[in-house]
This record gives sequence, C-alpha cells and structure tokens, in this order.
Amino acid sequence: MAYLYNTPDDQHAMLKAIGVDSIEALFSTIPEDLRLKRDLDLPPQMGELELTQHLSALAGKNASPATHACFLGGGSYDHFVPAAVDALASRGEFYTSYTPYQPEVSQGNLQAMFEYQTLICDLTGMDLSNASLYDGGSALAEAVIMALNTGKRGEKVVVLGTVHPEYRQILQTYFTHLGIEIIEIPCVDGIADLAKVEETVNAETNCVVVQSPNFFGGIEDVAAIAEIVHKNDAVLIQSFDPISLGLLKRPGDLGADIAVAEGHSLGSAMQYGGPYLGIMACNDKFVRRLPGRIVGQTEDRRGKRCWVLTLQTREQHIRREKATSNICTNQGLFALRASIYLALLGPGGLKQCATLCTQKAHYAQTKLSEVERLEPVFAGSPFFKEFVLRDTQGNVEGLLAEAREAGFLGGVPLGQFFPEMNDCFLVCVTEKRTKQEIDALARTFSLIHSGSSTIHA
Amino acid sequence: MRNQQATQLLSELSHPGRTAVTWPACDVPEQPIEDLIPGSYLSDKALQLPELTEGEVVRHYTNLSTKNMSVDTHYYPLGSCTMKYNPKRNERLASLPGIVDLHPYQDEATIQGMLQLLFELQGIFSEISGLPACSLQPAAGAHGELTALMVAAKYFKSIGEDRKVVLAPDSSHGTNPASAQMAGFKAVSIKSDPAGGVDMDDFRAKLTDDIAVLMITNPSTLGLFEKNMREIADAVHAKGGLVYLDGANMNAILGIARPGDFGADMMHYNPHKTFSGPHGGGGPGAGPICVADKLEPFLPSPVVVKDGENYKLNFDRPESIGRVRSFFGNVGVLVRAYCYILSHGPVGLREISENAVLNANYLLSQVKHFLPVPRGERCMHEFVASAGKLKQERGITAMDIGKRLLDYGFHAPTVYFPLTVPEAIMIEPTETESKETLDAFVQTLFRITEEDAELLHEAPHSTPISRPNEVQAARSPCLRANFCSS
Repeated sequence: MAYLYNTPDDQHAMLKAIGVDSIEALFSTIPEDLRLKRDLDLPPQMGELELTQHLSALAGKNASPATHACFLGGGSYDHFVPAAVDALASRGEFYTSYTPYQPEVSQGNLQAMFEYQTLICDLTGMDLSNASLYDGGSALAEAVIMALNTGKRGEKVVVLGTVHPEYRQILQTYFTHLGIEIIEIPCVDGIADLAKVEETVNAETNCVVVQSPNFFGGIEDVAAIAEIVHKNDAVLIQSFDPISLGLLKRPGDLGADIAVAEGHSLGSAMQYGGPYLGIMACNDKFVRRLPGRIVGQTEDRRGKRCWVLTLQTREQHIRREKATSNICTNQGLFALRASIYLALLGPGGLKQCATLCTQKAHYAQTKLSEVERLEPVFAGSPFFKEFVLRDTQGNVEGLLAEAREAGFLGGVPLGQFFPEMNDCFLVCVTEKRTKQEIDALARTFSLIHSGSSTIHA
Repeated sequence: MRNQQATQLLSELSHPGRTAVTWPACDVPEQPIEDLIPGSYLSDKALQLPELTEGEVVRHYTNLSTKNMSVDTHYYPLGSCTMKYNPKRNERLASLPGIVDLHPYQDEATIQGMLQLLFELQGIFSEISGLPACSLQPAAGAHGELTALMVAAKYFKSIGEDRKVVLAPDSSHGTNPASAQMAGFKAVSIKSDPAGGVDMDDFRAKLTDDIAVLMITNPSTLGLFEKNMREIADAVHAKGGLVYLDGANMNAILGIARPGDFGADMMHYNPHKTFSGPHGGGGPGAGPICVADKLEPFLPSPVVVKDGENYKLNFDRPESIGRVRSFFGNVGVLVRAYCYILSHGPVGLREISENAVLNANYLLSQVKHFLPVPRGERCMHEFVASAGKLKQERGITAMDIGKRLLDYGFHAPTVYFPLTVPEAIMIEPTETESKETLDAFVQTLFRITEEDAELLHEAPHSTPISRPNEVQAARSPCLRANFCSS
C-alpha cells in the first residue's frame, strides 16, 4: 500500500527490538473471543487510477452547476470562489496541520484565526467572535445554549417562523428533551409579525431567535424586534447571511446580542451541505461563555507579538462536564477560506457582490413572475437574493422536473418544509447567474406551461 | 530568510482603494438600490474590511503557512490525534465537479452518484464497527457523542425508563462528560486502576440502577485494550444500560476487533483521524455514528436508503431524535474517508492497524529505556511515557521536552493528557512513518533528556516565537486587531 512504509525487513527488525516474533503477538492483549475471525466484508482495494475512475463515474451521475444553472438556495448558495482562495487553502501547511496546541509552530494558523475573528467582528459589528463552529444551524443551537446559560431569569426560547426550518428542527432536537420550551411564532407574509412578537415576548422569555434575511429571502425589521426583546430583558440572537452585509445593516448595528451565520458562502463550495462554517459573534458580556476555540493576542518571552488559543478554562478538556459546550474544534480550514475571501473582496468587493445578487434576484423575480402560471408570493416584503414563487397550477415537482431536463436547478420546493406551501418554491439568484440564464429559465417555465418543454437553454 | 512583513496583520497591510476582485458589470437592468430595499435596512457606513491586492493576500497567507508545522512537512507524533499522512488523491477526488459543487436541496434524481457513495459508506462504517445502523450527520466526534447520547435518551424514553447517569472513566476525553451533560445526563467519573484500565471496584460501586450509558474509549487514551471489556459491557447491559464507544482510537483495531462484537451499542468515528481526513488546523472533521439495531429508529433524520435501483433520502422516521445539523453532514470529509477505505480494501485496512501498532510498540520499546512508561510493556497504537522522574531529579517537565522537540523539527507529543499520568507524554506514531523517522525521533528524544535543564526551560529556540505568555492572553483578552485592552 502506498501509504505504508514498513518493508518485511523493517517489520522483522522492529519485532526483534520489541522482543516478539509476530505482529499477531502484539495484539495479545485483546481477548481471543473479542477478535474478528474473518476479513471485513468490504469492496476490494483500488489503486489510484481505478479509484479515480470510480469516483468520476459517481460524479458523472450527479447534476451540478457545471451541467445545470443553479437557482437553489435555502441556506446553501452557489457563490463564486476566487482561485486564490483554493490555491492558498490547499497549501498542505494549512490543511494538514493540527489544532494549534503548540503555538510556537502554529503561528500561521493562530494568526489566521485571529484575523478571522477580526474580520467577523468588522463584518457583523459585534464585539467578539470565536474561531468558528460546525455550521450555521448548530451555531444557532450553541447561541441559544449560551443565552440560557447566562443566568437571565426566563427559560423560554422564542423562535420566529421565518427562521430556516432545518435550524428550527435542530433547536427542537437540542432543547425539547431538556424540557426547555421553544415557542415558534408562525409567519404570515413571509416576514415576522411584529404584533405577534410583541404579544409573545415577555418576562419569561430568555432569548428570541430571528433570521434576516430570513429563509424566504425576506429582510426582517430586526431593529424593531430588538427593541421588543430588550424591553423584556431578553437576548436577541440573529442569524444572518454574511454576503448580505455588503449592503444591509449589521447585526451589531441592529441590536443583536449574538449573531450567528452559515459562512460557507464566504469562499467555500456547496459540497452537498458540508463541511460548512458556523459563524458566531457576540457582545463583550459573553466573553467567558462563548463556546468553541478562541485565539488571543499576547507576547512571547522575547516580547514579540504572537497568538495563542485562549480562555481555555471554558472548555471541555479543562472543565469536563462543567464546560460551556462540548465543542472541541473549529472549522479552521473554512474559517481560513472565509478570511481569504473577505481579504480579497474588501469592503468594495463585498458590497458589489451583494448588490449584484440583489439586482439580479429582483430582475429574476419580475421576469419569472411574468410567466403565466407563476406568481410572486410575498411580493410586498423586501428581499435580498431569494424569493418565493407560487405555481398556480399546483405542480411544483412537475414544473421543476421539466426545468431540470432543460438544464436548470430551478428552485427548492417548499412543501417539504411547509405543507401549506405545497404549491410554492424558493428561487435564489447569486452573482453567478447571468441575465441570459434568468431569461432562459423564464422562457423554459413558459414553454413548460404551454406544453412544449423540449427546448433546451 | 523569513519575510518580516509576514507578522503584520491584514488591517496593517491594508491600503484604501486596493482590491483583488473585479466583479462583472451588472447585466440586468439596474434599479436604484433604495427602490429594491428600504433605505432604513441599508447600511449607512462602509465595512471596515482590509483593502488589498490579490498579490498581497497571496503573499500574506503563503508566508503565514510557512509558520505551521503540518503532516506534509513534519513528523507529528501527537497522541490521541492520529496525525497520519493525508493522501493527495483524496483531495483531488473530493474536489471533482459533480462532488464538490452539489447543492444539498438538489432533487434525488440529480444526485444518485452522491447518494450511492453515502449509502455505501453507511454500510462500510457499519461493517467496520459491527453495528448495523449508521448516521453520517454529526459534524465532529464530540457532535457524534452528543447525537448518540440523545439517541440513547430517546430510546429510554420509548421504553418508559427514566435513566439519568452517564459513566465515563477519568482518563476519557473531556468531551465525554461535556456531551453527557448537554444531552441532559449527569456525568459520573470512574477511576482508573494502576494498570490504566477501568477500576473494576469503582465501576461496580457506581453502576447504579439508573445508569443510562457507559462511555468508554477502547483502546483507551493510554493505548491499552481494556482487558475487562466483556465483563464491563455485560455488567452495564445487565443493568439495562447501553455502552458507548468513543472511537477516537479505532486506528488500532481496524479489521481486528469490532466494537459491536465487544459489547458496544453505539460509537462514533473520527474520520479525520482513522480515515485520514486532513485536520485543517482544527477542523473540519466529521462524527458519523453507528448503533445497534434497537437504536436505529432514533437516529437523526434523514438517512440514505436504497429503493430498488435508486437511492433516496429517508425523512419518514417518526421516532427519530430529529436533526442535529443542517443538510446532510460533513460530506466533503466523508468522501475523503470513502476514498481512503477503498484505497485499502479489507486486507489493507487490517495492515493499517498492524503497522500502527507495530510502530507504536517499536517506539515504546526504545523510549522506555530513558523515559518510564508507567502503564505497561505493550501498547496498541499509542503509549504514555512519563517525565515525572526527570522533573523530580532535574526539573525537566513534559512541556520542556515537547518544546525542545520543536527545535529539532518534530512536533511535540500530546503532553499532560491523560490526567492520570504525571508529566504525561503521549506518543502516537501512526502507520505512515518509517523506521528511520522513528529512530531519529527516539535519538532526539534521548538527546533532549541529557541536555541542560536551562536550555530546555527556554526552548524552543529556533521557532518564530517562543513560550508565549498565555496567562496574559487569558487575563486581559485581546481577541481582535485594534481592540486590545491594555
């Protein structure tokens, strides 16, 4: 095998030094009756060429943005990744290194994480950032844990119905069995109902979870929600889309106490949903409660500026069952990618990217709404890069299946998340989609409607 | 010749007006942005991000990279972390178009290749573990622990039992008790016996009727196979409890012993350890779990199933704990594990463990002559030496030795873990190192134990920085640029 070094001669010499006569003898501490007496039932060994052919064949069975124009969103986005991100992050010194427990030989990673924290604070307008968590959904759950642990009197968690349905499912999984009540505020017009928020949030509320731009792409009035939340002495947690902050007010400016996000769109591919990047930033007051890795600046014994993992007394390897979280890692490589991406774009580039998404999404909404069988659903609410369409013929699956034949991943059917929206689908338009693709999708939907769907884009 | 500018921060390199990205002109009819989004929602100030050219960004990060030790550049005998070689083919294959760029909400008909891969991987993980059901969803080992404990909680609820206690040895990873607590259990620690195994008297004393789960790392963090494993598992089962195996050390027993066969009802894998996913400076990993049949209904939703010739995501799982992560999981890491396993096949996987254990025992046989290994003559994939005597006699600590190794171009072993060994130095060579490297490491280690104590206290001497002030970092935290309390 290409990765093993020991030749039979090496093995012989080593066994001799150990003082045993076979490798088998080294396993003598495993009781005989606990050993496997046969080979594992697995596919046979493949060389690199065979394996490459096998994986290429599997890849060839999948549609992808290379074969289909992707209008899918809902928390995973087909944003452009500059070549420099791939080139730098694929350096072995970054991706084959370990958690920086030895700061002397990890200054590259530590400085990169410190810069990531800085960039996330700049991006969000928050005081603090950790060095990342698993993904946007579990980061949201960690934010709720942090709020619950902060000693605020309320125990109830209020979640707006416009928060990503999978994120809400994660909250249910994490908290329901702990006996913590999660109150969901149903959404009406694809946007939070402020009157309902006012009515629901009270002294028993520990925290309120809002997502803006929300799952439907709509922009919430976070500042107004923040006022209600803070009046009741509760914690406001905002889940946000990092790209949107090229245009929209930052969570920190809107009054969020904790800001979390799915950060994969900052320079990482969609990867069928993972690995992703859980962003978490918060106010200063959470400094000793913030879960996950944190990098701090200090000086070495010669007085040189340097960076170390810090505040480790919150962590499980020190505090065990008293830790603020069981998380003992970060998404280092993806935090690195996000940093490189933000460093490349700068404030102007991010603003331009966000503007392109917004212009194109609004153009697409207008254009697709002109198709006879389609209509916009939450037409009155402001949106960023995603919007909802209704198929007035109620055959979303059929419509999208035919669009696929023509080369489009045309949208995410919403019936799977909201049974009452069985005739609706979510369309996302990133900066990568061209006018030509948008027009072609509209034309395709029209042709499907008129019954001649065989024309390809 | 080091680039001095490489210690500057992005914000210090920034020059207003520079950028590295030119976006295309807007090709749809543009409208004033305020007509699309109400002005009150739009930011009225520019973001404080750095402004740099592409060349500056590339030089900055390339220089940063040279300040890391990594598996590609150095020997990394880091106990419990299994820092094995990360095959290049896996990186390329995980980046293939049609693999790396799939959207998680693509229709099943358009991702049959991906679903096939994931379905096969569920089966492969089950076969290696001897546990028939698998969830690929957890995002890291600790996330797998938490998920499995939630599965256990739901299982006990389903049979109408209210069990509160999770037992874990004091030598276990800190994530074990932390996960137990997060899943709503009370974590209780079991002592280790002098040989490093579970102290059977303490175990029996703590094995109460309300035990839910025993969490055990086997092979243990001391690199030992728990000799009383059968008895322990039987005792837990007799009380109606479940056994959880922390799979951090699976690299030692691939194809040799299966957790399901030696008594585990649940386990997690660390694919970034056992199956060579690169550690990425701290992540991402993944934490797939395998469980016994009776726990299958409670696994997170969805799982991949085969329906005739087609692969499907099954969301129809009424007893499932629900979802612990968005979308499907850390697929990119799982693809690498799949490639790694297929690169070896059943015989190759067994050879991995054989060589990992051979390398570890060879190192042990050499190291024990100058650094005592308190817990035995034989080990699995790793062993724990102690600098206790050196500290007593010459004031040389495990930390001193670790730091000095850096000067010689070796990454330090894990030090001060497990907590049950004084001045612990935990060494795991892995199977992807040669005898020559192991010999060089032993010689260096020996040479260090003979060196002047003062020299060691001030080590490392050759690295970009030395012995950072960690107390200061924690006492007055400076967690972002230009925002340090003095």
